[in-house]
Amino acid sequence: MINSNLNLLIGLAMGLNLLALGTSRLPALIRAMSAQGVILGVMPILMGHELDWQVVLVALATVAGKGLLIPSLLRRAMRTAQIDRELDPQIGFVASMLLGAGGTIAALALTHQLPLLPEHSGSLLVPGALATVLTGFILLIGRTKAISQVCGYLILENGIYLFGLLLIKAMPLLVEAGVLLDLTVGVFIIGIIVDRIQRAFDSLDTRKLTTLHE
Amino acid sequence: MKSLLLILVPLVAAALAALWPWSRTRPWLLPAVGLIHTLLSFWLFCDPPAVAPGAWFAFDPLARAVLPVVSLLFLVCAWYGVSYLRIRSERPNRVFIAALLAVLGLLSAGHQARHLGLLWIFTEAVTLAAVPLLHFNGTPRAFEATWKYLLVGGTGIALSLLGSLCLGYASLHGGGDGNLTFVALIAQGAGLSRPWVLIAWVLLLVGYGTKMGLAPMHTWKPEAYGEAAGIVGAILAGGVTSVAFTAILRVRAVVAAAGEGATADHTLLAIGLFSMLVAALFLLGTRDFKRMLAYSSVEHMGILTLGASLGRAGVAAALFHVWTNGLTKGTLFLSAGNIRRAAGSASMDDVRGMNVITPRSAAIFVTGMFAVTACPPFGPFFSELKVLRAALETGHAAAAVMFLGCLLLAFFGLTRVVFGIVDGRPRPAAKVGGRRFSETAGVLLPPLVLLGLSLWLGLFLPRVLSDAWLAAVAQLYPTP
Repeated sequence: MINSNLNLLIGLAMGLNLLALGTSRLPALIRAMSAQGVILGVMPILMGHELDWQVVLVALATVAGKGLLIPSLLRRAMRTAQIDRELDPQIGFVASMLLGAGGTIAALALTHQLPLLPEHSGSLLVPGALATVLTGFILLIGRTKAISQVCGYLILENGIYLFGLLLIKAMPLLVEAGVLLDLTVGVFIIGIIVDRIQRAFDSLDTRKLTTLHE
Repeated sequence: MKSLLLILVPLVAAALAALWPWSRTRPWLLPAVGLIHTLLSFWLFCDPPAVAPGAWFAFDPLARAVLPVVSLLFLVCAWYGVSYLRIRSERPNRVFIAALLAVLGLLSAGHQARHLGLLWIFTEAVTLAAVPLLHFNGTPRAFEATWKYLLVGGTGIALSLLGSLCLGYASLHGGGDGNLTFVALIAQGAGLSRPWVLIAWVLLLVGYGTKMGLAPMHTWKPEAYGEAAGIVGAILAGGVTSVAFTAILRVRAVVAAAGEGATADHTLLAIGLFSMLVAALFLLGTRDFKRMLAYSSVEHMGILTLGASLGRAGVAAALFHVWTNGLTKGTLFLSAGNIRRAAGSASMDDVRGMNVITPRSAAIFVTGMFAVTACPPFGPFFSELKVLRAALETGHAAAAVMFLGCLLLAFFGLTRVVFGIVDGRPRPAAKVGGRRFSETAGVLLPPLVLLGLSLWLGLFLPRVLSDAWLAAVAQLYPTP
């Protein structure tokens, strides 16, 4: 079922990708990411399937986890680490935005080459998922602060979740398994907070993790 | 039922370890569970249960071909762990022991998972359960290694979920009913949508390849193995990597059923040889003997992947290599752990003359090094010979030449580091610094036993083992 409301939301999520790529302020990055989480959360309800408890559960868990819990943990980590800016990224902000925009176009083009089920043709789910995964990658590679990398990981995960929405009816288990990725994120953030308490290294600049370089 | 016990016993023991109030006796849970697990898995090995085709979990031929060596390795490492944790009594061991037991239970589940989604869930769970193991030393360097492990490994595991979803979509597009057991996917065969199968294969290979530590996704390995305790390194290198390898084998069978087996084999061949080459080059440059073991592990993962690309004979050889590599790597990790503890450093720049300071560990380390570089009559020689023969029989002469070249380079790299730390006059600093490390039976016998097992696999390979590997190959290549 092609649902124009759904496509609108996916378009919004793709816009938030570019916002996340273009900002140097960590609070803005976290806000973009949590807004994306909430948008993703309401999507399963708008998918046009009749509502059953499994779909509602996935929706609720996503809004609570990606939209509220993880962002608030991240803000706490940010406060303990006392940083709110990504100062000198590996890939510049403009460059990452251009990369992200190029990636979005490439994702749209690639989707035309892929065979889709009739009910999914015309939906932005596949290109949205690919573009979001790519955004996550750019952030993971291009940013140096641990908190920005965690945001990148979350956006990567959001992309996977978007793709999972294609399968939520047929294979709910596979989609629900994605919750484990949120657990990974939780471990990341706990790591940051614990590390700040231990004060093992100073600015959470992952480039400082060089003791082990070859 | 017994096959479920393989999963439940370690998991229940992990919960018990978390609740056990006495730190001094807690380590004994490790060998106790290791013994039960090994007995169970060899019992199942000798008396394989009937496997219902649609089962989500089963001790199927592939699990039978790999899981016993994981149990065996865990048992010996657990024995070593008792002495190790006594030496390290200043560190709290509650989380470490619970996590180690959880890893064993989740590994057993991952090996027995016959469902695409379950396989992913357990691989992810193993990844998370191993985090406290790497962080055991609590140093900034250990933290750094854990961070890298999580970031690279977490990204890999996320990509393998995306790959699993793509494979699911391939099945759905081909009219599948949402049944994601490997049996059902293979039965769907050519009905799977080809483009989606190929995308899924790339993502799953990258994802599970990251977990195995194939180049260029191996970057977490040197850090993690370099900082982790020897026992953790042995279990990661011999156990955790094997579940990712069997995952790749199971997925490859689906891709082959969809009619893209040749593409899959080409990519496996390329990534296997590339891993061997990268590892060999890094081995020539590294100055740290624990990081050396990590690169050696990357090299052997390359050998497994190369074997997996070479058809039936190659897969059988690769399964043989899972055994010989796991046991021999265990010897190296445990004896390297002893040397590291006695020397207080893992760098060639600081460590010399270990054949004077820890003569027995050094002797085991050197013998293990020769075993792992495929010197006869140890097991790795025979398994690598089988890989080589499979390559020549399938007409991959160029690959065979590259394989031998990389083995030779790796041999130079390993001997350079190993003799660099073993020979020479000991540094005076090594003799004074703090409490002296004494080579007790508890830290010497486990690596020696593993070395003996590696020798035994080389000299007297039991028929029943090679039959088990062939049965697994028959499972992976359902049509002759």
